[in-house]
Amino acid sequence: MSTLVGTHSEDLPEHAHAPAHEHRDDTAAKIGMWLFLFTELMLFGILFLVYAVYRSIYSEDFHHAALELNVALGSFNTFVLLTSSMTMAMSIAALQKRDKNLSMVLLLATIVLGALFMVNKYFEWGAKIHHGLYPASEHMRTLPHGEQLFYGLYYTMTGLHGLHVLAGMGLLSLMLYFVVRDKIRPDRHVMLENSGLYWHLVDLIWIFLLPLFYVTT
Amino acid sequence: MASTVVTHTPAVLNYLEEKGRHAGILSWVLSTDHKRIGLLYMYTMFAFFGVGVLMGLILRLELLTPGPTIPGFTANMYNAVFTLHGVIMIFLFVIPGLPAIFGNFCMPIMIGARDVAFPRLNLLSWYCFIVGAGIAVLALFTGQGFPDTGWTFYVPYSLRTGTNVTLGMLGAFIIGWSSILTGLNFLVTIHRMRAPGMGWFQMPLFVWALYATAWIQVIATPVVGITLALVMLERAIDVGIFNPALGGDPILFQHMFWIYSHPAVYIMILPAMGAISEIIPTFAGRTIFGYKAIALSSLSIASVGYLVWAHHMFTTPMSLAALFVFSLLTFFVAIPSGVKVFNWVATLYKGSIDLRSPLLFALSFIFLFSIGGLTGLANGALGPNLHIHDTYFIVGHFHYVMFGGTGFGLFAALHYWFPKMYGRMYNERLAWYYWALMFVGFNMLYFSMLILGMEGNPRRYYDYLPRFQTWHVVSTVGSWILVAGLLMMAYNFIRSARRGAPAPANPWGGVTLEWTVPSPPPVENFHEIPRWEGSAYHGFEKLQRRRSEAQ
Ligand code: HEM
Ligand SMILES: [Cu+2]
Repeated sequence: MSTLVGTHSEDLPEHAHAPAHEHRDDTAAKIGMWLFLFTELMLFGILFLVYAVYRSIYSEDFHHAALELNVALGSFNTFVLLTSSMTMAMSIAALQKRDKNLSMVLLLATIVLGALFMVNKYFEWGAKIHHGLYPASEHMRTLPHGEQLFYGLYYTMTGLHGLHVLAGMGLLSLMLYFVVRDKIRPDRHVMLENSGLYWHLVDLIWIFLLPLFYVTT
Repeated sequence: MASTVVTHTPAVLNYLEEKGRHAGILSWVLSTDHKRIGLLYMYTMFAFFGVGVLMGLILRLELLTPGPTIPGFTANMYNAVFTLHGVIMIFLFVIPGLPAIFGNFCMPIMIGARDVAFPRLNLLSWYCFIVGAGIAVLALFTGQGFPDTGWTFYVPYSLRTGTNVTLGMLGAFIIGWSSILTGLNFLVTIHRMRAPGMGWFQMPLFVWALYATAWIQVIATPVVGITLALVMLERAIDVGIFNPALGGDPILFQHMFWIYSHPAVYIMILPAMGAISEIIPTFAGRTIFGYKAIALSSLSIASVGYLVWAHHMFTTPMSLAALFVFSLLTFFVAIPSGVKVFNWVATLYKGSIDLRSPLLFALSFIFLFSIGGLTGLANGALGPNLHIHDTYFIVGHFHYVMFGGTGFGLFAALHYWFPKMYGRMYNERLAWYYWALMFVGFNMLYFSMLILGMEGNPRRYYDYLPRFQTWHVVSTVGSWILVAGLLMMAYNFIRSARRGAPAPANPWGGVTLEWTVPSPPPVENFHEIPRWEGSAYHGFEKLQRRRSEAQ
């Protein structure tokens, strides 16, 4: 591909020998990521809409059902996720300051905090299921419609959010590998920043889920 | 490095010849070249289109006489076939539509770029398309067969039927990702990779249309994704959201479905309108009338289009105020489409018209789309809607829009850009013949449906009252004529792709950038990124001046 040398030197000063499909545009990568985040917002946005509809129809039932949720555990998990967002941001800052080791440690901490969140979630769901509170269970069928819908939405929305946390952990593990391998470096870290954006979004969605399900009463 | 001499060898391979890292079929299915990806989409989409047409033919044959017509073809099979027909035509043909084929092939060249912003993501979106389609095909042959719900998957029936709804929906869900990723890629490409000097209002109108479409793809598609996911979840574990037995509301599904699926009709039609806006000036030999109006009408269609979804649900319980507002907004959204039609006609006025097959198809687009659009207003008005809801009038209407509009628009684009894609010309005389067949067949097939609908024949029925038969026969005969035309068109293109006369770089006298590169284009389109000056179609201004001086 060296045949392309100098042909587009104006737009691409540093990487003029790269072929077109390898040229680098960090702004483009960031716009792309933001657009992707829009799609995620639409995805969850519609679920929030469904929640709003049923909550307005069955507000009393929602109130009762929400009393069953463990506020302490929910708050603890919020704390865990918020902390992980902080370590994420610090990891990027560390890399920009060329402290690769610190960046790796912070990234690892983010992943571990994500895992901690999932472990809590596991116990939380486990306890509910143990009490027979899961979709289509016999106990559930004895509850009023609004409470059934509350739990239906609870499992759907926190479940989808949990999937996003898992995906985020996978993504961050890949980023950690890239940092180790120097594929992500202080001078080219847009991928890490984009992964950070994703992680913050996952965090942000949780911030809405917490009041809607746990402290709605 | 800015002063380095260009070391390009002038004899660059074109994108069809280039070998790259892989050989044979791998050089296609692993290619990140936007032009090859465009062709990959084209081949797969046309294959599905063929299957969809076959299903349509079967439906029409069954409707030739009242009562059972095809021996052994049951009412349940009829339901599965119209669902399959609808799913294929919607999700595998018109939704990917022009952006997947011509957006991929032409857009980067038209803005003076070497590729899209994320070439590998582009290939990934083709794979999402293929995997999704594969899963839908799997739904045909496993379990209790293909869904019989209609392409709209309405609950509560889709929760209850024993057919493979979950698999069918999973296919549609994954295809949705393909649409989102393409939209995302095009948005970034158009924002970041325009040639130096090409401002927003200097872009070709096809690019504008793709830009507006891409926003809809990105913002609306997740809505249908989550809606389908909820139905799948409902079928698997009974969460209750759409299930009236558990307190859920099935009408909510319809709202969520149409919040996507109405904007989706603009995903289908806007790019076709964009292609028409390229073809008309080229064959009228003059710059487009009302450039800004056309560009901005794409954006306004895209945005107002979000606010009209409930016109598909006028027969569900809704407040009178809601009915009124949705109907009014539906009328509003027709205005920008009307603006485009008037601008196209005004462009032709006093142009020096060179009537060739791309223009022929473009003109029939305008005619057929106008019928589709005006019948759409009949649907959008509250009174008539109650009368024609769920009748053949609706089936006639949406075929006029999706097939007469997007389908003919796509054929127009194919006749226009085919020489660029393959570097070969097709048989122009043959094109006129099959155009005539298609145009006549089309109107017989679907105008009869409009009449049947007015007379009260409901849609999605295997049978009908004997008094409806005359128009059903006209319609079925029309389907044969139309398909004869489609086959001739397929023959023309398949033959010409290999044996057509070599095409020059600019066979039609177009002025946008794709006509400045050889046909077929070299691997990375430009060896020097062009610099753009003047308006999008300024090339015609010179031509017009010369013409008026000559007079
Ligand atoms: C030769 C071509 C075609 C023929 C003969 C044909 C015929 C038909 C017939 C007979 C029906 C079902 C009527 C009913 O029982 O309700 C139908 C439905 C439909 N067609 Fe076509 N069609 C053709 C092409 C297309 C194209 C190109 C598109 C889209 C671009 C399309 C989209 C649809 C859709 C979405 C439905 C509704 C399916 C449903 O009710 O769920 N068709 N078509
Ligand atoms: Cu609509």
